Amino acid sequence: MDHGHAASQAIPQQAPDKAHGQQHPLGIYFAIWGLLFVLSTFSYLVDYFEFHGLARWLLILLFMWLKAGLIVAVFMHMKWERSPLMYAILVPPLLLGVLVTLMSIESNYTFWTRIIFFGLRSLGPPPGVL
Amino acid sequence: MADQVTAEPGKELQGLESFVADWSSDQEAFKKVHWGKAMMWIFLLSDTFVFSCFLTSYMTVRSSTTIPWPNPSTVFALNLGGVEVPLLLIAIMTFDLITSSGTMALAVNYGYRRDRTKTFWLMLATAAFGAAFVSMQAFEWTKLILEGVRPWQNPWGAPQFGSCFFMITGFHGLHVSIGVIYLLTIAFKVKRGDYERRGNYEVVEIAGLYWHFVDLVWVFIFAFFYLW
Repeated sequence: MDHGHAASQAIPQQAPDKAHGQQHPLGIYFAIWGLLFVLSTFSYLVDYFEFHGLARWLLILLFMWLKAGLIVAVFMHMKWERSPLMYAILVPPLLLGVLVTLMSIESNYTFWTRIIFFGLRSLGPPPGVL
Repeated sequence: MADQVTAEPGKELQGLESFVADWSSDQEAFKKVHWGKAMMWIFLLSDTFVFSCFLTSYMTVRSSTTIPWPNPSTVFALNLGGVEVPLLLIAIMTFDLITSSGTMALAVNYGYRRDRTKTFWLMLATAAFGAAFVSMQAFEWTKLILEGVRPWQNPWGAPQFGSCFFMITGFHGLHVSIGVIYLLTIAFKVKRGDYERRGNYEVVEIAGLYWHFVDLVWVFIFAFFYLW
């Protein structure tokens, strides 16, 4: 692998003032700022226009991940950080997928246990005899 | 492999190789990264897990309850001139926090440009937007408490709604409040010229990391708590 070539591609912005850390043109911050506003408006409109079901979930998650990605990559400068730091910070949260999966299985189990033991009356107004 | 993974002189390792080189070296894992920045990132990582625990437990109670969950769209609606606008206050809070993130990013940039006055004022603006956010949250809490929301009950449905709401937004609001104090402290140190003497404005960027993280957490809370 040609390290020299890869290096010149990956860190062009840091070159002019490397001693003084993250130094980028102002334009990129305004651009990201604008994008975050637009994406937030979109996610608000998902609620305003009352999208439901799968479309709602897909749109909410799409806008959420785009916003989160822009904040971490540009505002928090992750895109310009050294990869050891990047891996150390961005990989561990992936484990949360395991927790979320386990807990959604667990909550499904709890839900049906409640239905079986407390009956359907817990779903709505009590049916007289209580 | 007998060779150590090292870069040729004058060149830097990239990607996975640089990851292995840094992590397999003794004493110092993050080369050329300010220690404060590495520590802040690690703190933020741990905080990610804290907030994830809250959001995951919220998911668990919400999807396991057999009583309908209150509809956030109507619970958090504001009455504007006789019209109920859904989630209005939450939308304003979202835009407020994004704006504060923008001013913070600019403050970090001007810090590295050694423009003390601009850095100070931009950080002050960020703190002001943060304070505005906490105020709106206080308004929201007051409104809900007056409507009868408690951690153990509420007038609209599943009782867990209140505990999730107070826990998640309360912990986030605490982060914002601490952030405001943190930013003000750093802003006045910038103004006094502390970092000018030290010749290093990385402290501003580290404070910025914390602030952007607060905004980041709100992105997830907004999606999962208010839009679900």
